[in-house]
Amino acid sequence: MSKMQAMMGWIDARFPMTKMWKEHLSEYYAPKNFNFWYFFGSLALLVLVLQIVTGIFLTMNYKPDAELAFASVEYIMRDVEWGWLIRYLHSTGASAFFVVVYLHMFRGLMYGSYKKPRELIWIFGMLIYLALMAEAFMGYLLPWGQMSYWGAQVIISLFGTIPFGIGEPVAEWIRGDFVIADATLNRFFAFHVIAVPLILLMLVVAHIIALHEVGSNNPDGVDIKKNKDANGIPKDGIPFHPYYSVKDIVGVIVFLIFFSMVLFFVPDLWGWFLEKDNFVPADPLKTPEHIVPLWYFTPFYAILRAVPPMLNSQFPGVLAMGMAIVFLFLVPWLDRSPVRSIRYRGGIYKFALAVFVVSFLVLGWLGTQPAGGIYLTLSQIFSILYFGFFILMPWYTMIDKTKPVPERVTDK
Amino acid sequence: MSKEGVDLGRRRFLTATTSVVGGAGVAAALVPFITYMTPSARARAAGAPVEVDISKLEAGKKMTVEYRKKPIWIVRRTEKNLTDLPTLNDTLADPLSTVPQQPEYIKDNHRSIKPEFMVVEGLCTHLGCSPTYRPELGAASGLGDDWKGGFFCPCHGSTFDLSGRVYAGVPAPTNLIVPPHKYVTDTVIIIGEDQGVA
Repeated sequence: MSKMQAMMGWIDARFPMTKMWKEHLSEYYAPKNFNFWYFFGSLALLVLVLQIVTGIFLTMNYKPDAELAFASVEYIMRDVEWGWLIRYLHSTGASAFFVVVYLHMFRGLMYGSYKKPRELIWIFGMLIYLALMAEAFMGYLLPWGQMSYWGAQVIISLFGTIPFGIGEPVAEWIRGDFVIADATLNRFFAFHVIAVPLILLMLVVAHIIALHEVGSNNPDGVDIKKNKDANGIPKDGIPFHPYYSVKDIVGVIVFLIFFSMVLFFVPDLWGWFLEKDNFVPADPLKTPEHIVPLWYFTPFYAILRAVPPMLNSQFPGVLAMGMAIVFLFLVPWLDRSPVRSIRYRGGIYKFALAVFVVSFLVLGWLGTQPAGGIYLTLSQIFSILYFGFFILMPWYTMIDKTKPVPERVTDK
Repeated sequence: MSKEGVDLGRRRFLTATTSVVGGAGVAAALVPFITYMTPSARARAAGAPVEVDISKLEAGKKMTVEYRKKPIWIVRRTEKNLTDLPTLNDTLADPLSTVPQQPEYIKDNHRSIKPEFMVVEGLCTHLGCSPTYRPELGAASGLGDDWKGGFFCPCHGSTFDLSGRVYAGVPAPTNLIVPPHKYVTDTVIIIGEDQGVA
């Protein structure tokens, strides 16, 4: 026995190292027909690591103080060695996280990856998405620019619209002051660097444990565990390592090419990743002319604005925005189709999903446009389409014609 | 383990009481953590009243002061503005200020103690942006031929008249808030203190 094997034996007697390696990598059998859409889970993990590492380095020079925050970010950008790179990695990484996660979620919708027995994987995933939104929102306050300040002002005001007299105390409790102030900045820093990342990491672990318990879905939506060979290994499964670990490296390289193009040539992506108003220090007395959240929140922002006030309250709009996310949680139970994958679904579901994607994108664009006029009408139309996708889902997935699902995965 | 001779009723009772007492303890321990996040004594104390000299404010102009870290606008309205105000009533959501967004002594179309001087909190009642002052009249304002001067919120397009009254059909649900204030002399006001019964 070599020294190395002896060492592993010593560890395995005390910690299930080899067992875990096998369970989650070398003997985790994933369907062999994964396609392009299956890159985004591992890419999300990569970006999470990137954000944590760059975040740690940023905290070494960032000052969570309303007087010092803006200047400390500029200090990182100008005077700290390689500070510009670390900061742009973090800001570009934030947007990349949402790009990757949105594509990952779309994959789930396309191939019915949320359907039984994967409902909890979907729920954990949605909770990750929520935590990610909280993380991004609080992180955006930290540079203490005009958009940081007024964006936070608008979002926290959303809580203030809760009726029955609880809204304003809740908003005050979140801010820790009567308006966005130093107290708000300081606590958002605490949440952004400690609380939410911890929650995110725990959720990611739960997401992966649940996935490895039931096994991965695939583009055919076929249950590969139904066809096992004499050794109990799924005939359509291949070990995650080395097959998919190596495949994912290709995905990582392609991802890094696009990521670097943004990072080194247009880190603000013409105002989409970093808004120009945020290069102006926060001024509590003056709102910028045109205030918009970052692109990943704009679909929900458009829904918020599409709902008119009722009974002297903006709460209905806030409720609609909340429901836009709650409905996503419910998808596993709204979908009544007997098949998982879009490949074996009928035209109605394909049409509905296309309408949903278009609505999401158009709402995202509308959220960046000024309020009122034709934009408002369009927001209302596309909000109805957005909700229609969910509300009508039990009905159209039930009447939709499906094609027979094959016994084994295909190599399309 | 044998369940013989075990009093299950007593065991259930003990489990339940332990959970309830423990739960109460956890709830009590949460109180300081939750209260920790409310505005601190210093933040509360910073809300002291502010004295403002308005003698240098010219007709048609706006000045901004800070009270409780919020922008407070003072606008000296022109004669024309004041005669325009009642004509707008049909287009407003709450022309008579029935929703309590102002102290009781603030009444009428001009929503102020002295008709000439408007004092309002410069934060949109929609989602807290600070609207822009648009005193130009008519088409020159870019807000329609009938614009009689007022405020436009760039965030979500809400409009208010020169009394801070909200127009009907915009996102903002209510009129702008009028903070408590009083006149010390003819040209000095204190924001944050109610006008006493003189």
